[in-house]
Amino acid sequence: MKEANKKLGIIIGKNTRAIVQGITGTQGSFHTELMREYGTKIVAGVTPGKGGTQIQGVPVYDTVEEAKEKHPANTSIIFVPAPFAADAALEALENGIKTVVIITEHIPIRDAVNVMAYAKDANATIIGPNTPGIITPRESKLGIMPAHVFKPGNIGMVSRSGTLTYEIAAGLTRKNLGQSTCLGLGGDPITGLNFIDALKMFEKDLQTKAIVLIGEIGGNLEELAAEYVAKDKYPKPVVAFIAGRSAPPGKRMGHAGAIVIGKAGTAESKIEKFKNAGVKVAEKPSDVAELLIKLVSV
Amino acid sequence: MKLFEYEAKNILAKYGIPTPNGGLATNAIQAREAATKLKPPFVVKAQVLVAGRGKAGGILFADSIVDAEKATEKLLSMQIKGIPVRNVWIEEKVQIKRELYFGITTDRFNQSYVAIASSVGGMEIEETAAEVPEKIIKFPINPQHGFRSFHARQIARKMGYAGSQLSELGRIFERLYCVGMDYDAELIEMNPLVETADGKFVAADARIIIDDNALFRHQEYKKRLLEGESELSPQEIEAMKNDLAYVKLDGDIGVIGNGAGLVMATLDTIQYYGGKPANFLDVGGGAPAEKIATALKIVLSDPKVKALFINILGGITRCDEVAKGILEAEEKIGATKPMVIRLVGTNEAEGKRILTEAGIHVLESMEEAAQRAVEISRHEGGK
Repeated sequence: MKEANKKLGIIIGKNTRAIVQGITGTQGSFHTELMREYGTKIVAGVTPGKGGTQIQGVPVYDTVEEAKEKHPANTSIIFVPAPFAADAALEALENGIKTVVIITEHIPIRDAVNVMAYAKDANATIIGPNTPGIITPRESKLGIMPAHVFKPGNIGMVSRSGTLTYEIAAGLTRKNLGQSTCLGLGGDPITGLNFIDALKMFEKDLQTKAIVLIGEIGGNLEELAAEYVAKDKYPKPVVAFIAGRSAPPGKRMGHAGAIVIGKAGTAESKIEKFKNAGVKVAEKPSDVAELLIKLVSV
Repeated sequence: MKLFEYEAKNILAKYGIPTPNGGLATNAIQAREAATKLKPPFVVKAQVLVAGRGKAGGILFADSIVDAEKATEKLLSMQIKGIPVRNVWIEEKVQIKRELYFGITTDRFNQSYVAIASSVGGMEIEETAAEVPEKIIKFPINPQHGFRSFHARQIARKMGYAGSQLSELGRIFERLYCVGMDYDAELIEMNPLVETADGKFVAADARIIIDDNALFRHQEYKKRLLEGESELSPQEIEAMKNDLAYVKLDGDIGVIGNGAGLVMATLDTIQYYGGKPANFLDVGGGAPAEKIATALKIVLSDPKVKALFINILGGITRCDEVAKGILEAEEKIGATKPMVIRLVGTNEAEGKRILTEAGIHVLESMEEAAQRAVEISRHEGGK
C-alpha cells in the first residue's frame, strides 16, 4: 500500500464508531464481543428497558438519542427481532446515524420499504436487512461473519448471501487473494444497497483492483448490474457467481428474495446478461479464485 | 403465502371492490345451495394455488343449477398438477367487453411498491410485458406519500378511460392498494379486471400473496397455512414449524446446509456433477444439535432420498453441534441412508473427531463431497 493515509475499502473504517441496537440479546452480545476483538469501535449499546447496565464493558442505553448524546456514534448495527427492527432502524436514522447495518432476518417488506424511503431522504446508507454485514479485513467488521476466512488484499466482494460469501472468500484467501471490503447486501427483496451501488463504490476505492459479485435467483438487480458494467465500460475486472441454477420456479429458496416468478429472476437470465457484458461467470464456487487469477495479477 | 381465489375475492369485496356474486362449495349439495342464490350462467372454479388452472381444466361453465352441481362433482374428483381439488367457487359469469390488468408488487431497484396496469389483461403480466411492452404502465409508489386518488385516476386515463368510468376505475385501484398494504401483500392483482358489456368494472379473478415475513400480523392466515388447508407437503409443514427453510425437489440426493446461498450452490454443484437434489434445506445460522437432528429427520422422511449430503460451513454455526445433531438423529431414526458430510469452520476439529469416532467420514471440499454424493446416489439407484 503506497498511500498509507488513504482509507481502506468502502463504507466502514477507522472512523467508524458504532452502537449496537439489541446488544443484550444472545446474538447482539455474542457478536459485540467478536466485533470488539476484531478492533471495531463499539461505543454504546441500546436495548429499551436495559438502560444503565453494561455488556462486556459497553454502556447500554434505553434510546439511541441518549446513546448519541453521550457518545460520538456515526454507525449502528441492528440485532433487534424482526417485528421491531424497522422501528430500531428509523430510530437510528432519526437520531442522525448515517450508516445502519440491519442483521435481522424476516423483516416484512412493507417495513423495509418505509426504512429505505426514510434513509434516502436522510442521505443515509442502509446495509441489509438479512445481511452478514460488512468487513474490511484486519481493520473493521460490522457484522456476524467468521473473521478467519478473510485476509486483507485487493478484491472487493459484494453478495446477497452470507455463508456462500464465506465459502468463496475462504477460497480466495487460500489462493492468497486478499479482500479490500466484503459487503453483504442482504437476502431480502428490499435492501438498502444494490450491486450497482457497490460497483460504484469499489470503482472509486483505490485499494480494490477487482470485484467478485455473488448473486442469486430472484429480482433483476444482477441483470441491471450487468447492464451497468457494459454501458459504463466498468474499469475493473468483475467475476460473478450466481446461485440457484437448479431452483424451480415459484419456490422461495431460503432467502425471502430468492424466488423465480414465472420466467423472471432465473439464474440463466443473470448469467447470460453477465456473459454478454464481458463478466466472467464461475460455474462452481471454487472456480471464482481461478478466474480471478487469470484476470488480475494482485 | 398464497391466498385462494375465494379468500382474495372476499377481501376485495369487503373493501368495496366489485367482484362477481359467488359462493364456496365442497360438495354438490353446497354447490346447489350456492347456485340457487345466484343468477345463471355460472362459472365453477377449482380452488387450487397452482398456476395454469384454466389450461388444466380447472374452470368449467354451467348454464343451470344442475350443470353447476355436475361441474362441481367433476372438479372435486380432479387433481390439478397433482393437487386434489378440495373446494370450488361458483360465481355469476360476467359479460366481458374488455379484459384489463391491475396489480401492485415490489420494485427491488426503487426499493418501493409499484403499481402495474395494462389495458391487455387476462394473461400472465410477464407475458404481456414480453409481448406488448407498450401496453404496460408502471408507477412506482412513494411510500411516504402513498398511492393517492389522483395517481389512480392518472393511470385510468392512460388506460384510455374518461369521465365516470375513469373515476370508478380510479376508486377500484386505490382500494386495491389499501388491501395490499393492510394485508402485507407482496403481490396483489386483479387479472382480469373486466369491463363488462354495460361499462362497469368487476374483478373476475384476484390473487393475493402475503409476505411470509409479515404473517405474524395476520395470524388467521398463518393458522390456516400450518393447520388447515394448504398445499404444502408434510415435510414443508414440519420444516416451517421448526423454523427451517425446506423446499421439496424431485431428485434423490437429500441436502442439508447452513445459509440459503450455500445450500443453493450445493444443489447447483450436485446438478453440475450429474446428480439430482431431492430438496433444499437451510438450517440457518447457529443451529444447535436438536435442530440438525430435526432437519435430518425431515429430509429422510422423503422416500425418494437415496443419499444425504450435509454441507456445513461453520461461522456462527458450530461444527461440534452439527456433529452431535447427526449422531442424535442416527440414534433416534437409525442410519437409514448413506451420508456424505462436509464440515469446515468453527470448532471443525471437534466436529470431525465426534464423527470420525462414530465411524463417519468427513470431507473438506464441497466439490469433492458433491461428487461423492452423486456417485452414491447412482450406486444406490442401481440396487
